[in-house]
Amino acid sequence: MTRFIARRIGYSLVSLFLLSLTIFLFVRVTGDPAVLLVEPGASQADLDAIREQFGLDQPIWVQYVSFIASLAHGDFGQSFYYRTPVFELYLTRLPNSLMLALAAMAFSLLIGIPSGILAAVRVGGFWDKAGKIFALLGLSVPSFWIGLVLILFFSVYLQWLPSSGSGTPLHLLMPAFALGWYFAAAHMRLTRSSMLEVLGSEYIKLARLKGLPEALVIGKHAFKNALIPVLTLAGINLVIMINVAVVVETVFAWPGIGRLLYEGITFRDFPVVQGVVIMGGTMIVVVNLVIDVLYAVIDPRIRLEA
Amino acid sequence: MTMRSEAVSSEVITAQAIREPSRFEFMRLADFPLVPVLILVGFAVIAIFASVLAPHDPEVGKLVARFRPPAWQHGGSMEYLLGTDHLGRDVLSRLMFGARISLVVGFTAVIVAGAIGTVLGIVSGYLGGWVDQVIMRITDTWLALPALTFAIFLAAIVGPSEMNIVIILGAVYWTRYARVIRGEVLSLKEREFVRLAIVAGLSKSKIMTRHILPNVINSAIVLGTLMLGVVIVTEAALSFLGIGVPPPKPAWGLMLSDGKRGLMVGYWWLTVLPGSCIVLMVLSANLLGDWLRVKLDPQLRQL
Amino acid sequence: MSPRALLELEALSTHYVSARGTRVVRAVEDVSLRVEAGETLGIVGESGSGKTTLALTILRLLPPAARITSGRLMFEGEDLLKKSEAEMRRVRGKRIAMILQDPMASLNPLFTIGDQVAEPIRVHEGASRGAAWKRAGELLKAVRIPSPQTRLHQYPHEMSGGMRQRIVGAIAISCEPRLLIADEPTTSLDLTIQAQYLNLLRELQRAHGLALIFITHNLGIVAKMCDQLAVMYAGRVVEAGPVRQVFRAPVHPYTRALLNSIPRMSDKSQRLTAIEGQPPDLAALPPGCAFGPRCPSVFDRCRKTEPPAFVHEGGLARCWLASAGDTISGVA
Repeated sequence: MTRFIARRIGYSLVSLFLLSLTIFLFVRVTGDPAVLLVEPGASQADLDAIREQFGLDQPIWVQYVSFIASLAHGDFGQSFYYRTPVFELYLTRLPNSLMLALAAMAFSLLIGIPSGILAAVRVGGFWDKAGKIFALLGLSVPSFWIGLVLILFFSVYLQWLPSSGSGTPLHLLMPAFALGWYFAAAHMRLTRSSMLEVLGSEYIKLARLKGLPEALVIGKHAFKNALIPVLTLAGINLVIMINVAVVVETVFAWPGIGRLLYEGITFRDFPVVQGVVIMGGTMIVVVNLVIDVLYAVIDPRIRLEA
Repeated sequence: MTMRSEAVSSEVITAQAIREPSRFEFMRLADFPLVPVLILVGFAVIAIFASVLAPHDPEVGKLVARFRPPAWQHGGSMEYLLGTDHLGRDVLSRLMFGARISLVVGFTAVIVAGAIGTVLGIVSGYLGGWVDQVIMRITDTWLALPALTFAIFLAAIVGPSEMNIVIILGAVYWTRYARVIRGEVLSLKEREFVRLAIVAGLSKSKIMTRHILPNVINSAIVLGTLMLGVVIVTEAALSFLGIGVPPPKPAWGLMLSDGKRGLMVGYWWLTVLPGSCIVLMVLSANLLGDWLRVKLDPQLRQL
Repeated sequence: MSPRALLELEALSTHYVSARGTRVVRAVEDVSLRVEAGETLGIVGESGSGKTTLALTILRLLPPAARITSGRLMFEGEDLLKKSEAEMRRVRGKRIAMILQDPMASLNPLFTIGDQVAEPIRVHEGASRGAAWKRAGELLKAVRIPSPQTRLHQYPHEMSGGMRQRIVGAIAISCEPRLLIADEPTTSLDLTIQAQYLNLLRELQRAHGLALIFITHNLGIVAKMCDQLAVMYAGRVVEAGPVRQVFRAPVHPYTRALLNSIPRMSDKSQRLTAIEGQPPDLAALPPGCAFGPRCPSVFDRCRKTEPPAFVHEGGLARCWLASAGDTISGVA
């Protein structure tokens, strides 16, 4: 099994390498990096100084090595706007995004799993059709529009919920709904297909042959087995949520890293943009690795094979 | 002496095993999605003839007429059927030209992504070896990064413009094609006619273009329709954030961003209307793509 | 009049109807069988002959596309076809039990052996967890599983194939059913284990007074295990009777061909006798006898009219060659 873990880690390292390379190359190759790395409104002298500082005249691979070296030290540069190291800025905002993502995840699972199970157990029935429509809407209605409509309804017309900022659970409701919306549909689809697959398996047949009441067959035997792929996906989706929350956080002025990214774009604060993207990508690669390894450790069947 | 006693009614349906989808389900799937296609065609027509159809200039407005509500509301007028925005520009006209932007950007991006992805997918799948390894690792890594994040990153570097957005979207989404096409090529490789071509001495590139390509076009097209919706939403998101199609062009996402200003005072038409257009277009594209997928290529049901 | 049989099927038919009602697959057609208490009936046939559908019909556990279109299903004097779903659930596992072919797939990978063996006891007899687990331990011992107490807490993937099949057997007899249906239970087991398992089944049968329906395509097992035999082809029972009798003097050409196809050491000829042709499409059967196209003794009447089941000396054969005896009914 250690061989499996080692191989898996190696795989992730290659991914991280490719990721950093991609980001590095894109910056260097498409446009003048000096312009990006310098504050807006800088003079020619500043540009030259930056070129000097970042060694932009040096051969590409030298630049790359120093790039990686600074990343490894947690040095993502300094934000022009906030005048603080990007890494620090990122870490202060991350918990907010995490909280939002957790709330959105809870919402998406609470809606997605039961509706998926209902759709599978009554294939072709009302719930299944409703589920299909829901899945389609989840895919087609952008999260930011949901957010805006929610604000219109609940903040402007009904005046029940605050439209922006954070601080109370009330502030969390609408952004979590908007963010979780797409994922609720995705989780519903996966739960449904997973459940259908499980329902067709031999042990479910045997459970019925034992004369068990249907509630037990579905609630105990089918449920647990069907849930496995869904929870795995949910884990990965959590991290994805944190990263794609840009628009939702912008709509609701939620102080997370999505908002940070937006600020970076608006204020042409490139170090921030680069930092958020690198951290985002790294987070996803790492979480994927952790989930895979955790699986191998927990599920005894894989352990025996590996 | 007949043993066949009272025949049991034919409705003796036993345990709740998996139920088959009802008849209507089956028929609906196989049916042509008329409404979505009509909607898309409608959008296309509006987009093409926007200059003729639109009552006002979409990019220039009269400040005196700012924030007018739609015609059916108090304070609205027939002159500005769907109201005006914060610069006094006619919403209806902007929506029409916005359709043009969404469709043009969407289609072009899908084609660009499709072209790159299909070519790389074929090359990777057919040639195998280290070429395959390299391309696949890049694909996997880029796929791991969420499309929106990646697109934002690229847009931050090259700056917003319609052309750039198309290139960016193409660069971000080709990976989806590459994966699928490669899978198809891998199974195609085992087929008779490919083996025959190899034995006949055709060069690799000839085989790839003459034999493999036509067989994967189907999947590429299906994938394209499915991607159209995704691409349009991403473009809208980018425009909403301010790094997509730049003002004063009436991209729907941009209209949403502008519309946010009036939201708190209840100027609902500035957000609900452009958003509805996005939803309508994407929904139609998705329904069409779904139908195409079932119709053209049952293998792709895994998508 | 013979004493009431434990299980009696009368002209039972199960058809699969496609979604649009256009295709009808006659998976089981006009089947009449008797099983006495404590008896073993072997059901033999190729795949697609309807054996499994028949088993599922008895338990009324068919997918919704299937309809039981005619016949009676008498078990211990009750017509199972008239029972509600809730009543059937009380029959399944408690009065009639079934073993499936693949033991690994039959056991839920996420629950312990003890949990799965104790489950039917808890559900059908309302036993407490402690009592049910105790019974489970005894059951494991009865099916000869070594160190049963440890096994109770283990998971299916930790057992070998042979052990898993015994566990499935333990589950089946846990509530003392009167009838056990075994659908190819030895097919996925190693040869060396098969014999052991069959012996186990026979022991259990004797100890609990079980009737056994053994579904298989292996005539050797039938010869060893079964008292009665029913041969199925294209959803119909084409021949039935005491095993010795059928083996010694098969009437139906299909049965004859099956028996001939078993290679024997004493056979001087070099060729393997195979049965010509393919099994028929159950949705588009030819007129007349279903075996007609492949039958070496076919004649005109066979192609025109389907033969009814002719009774003779405790057995029956659905073949015009047997028309010397009485018919069982006007069923055709």
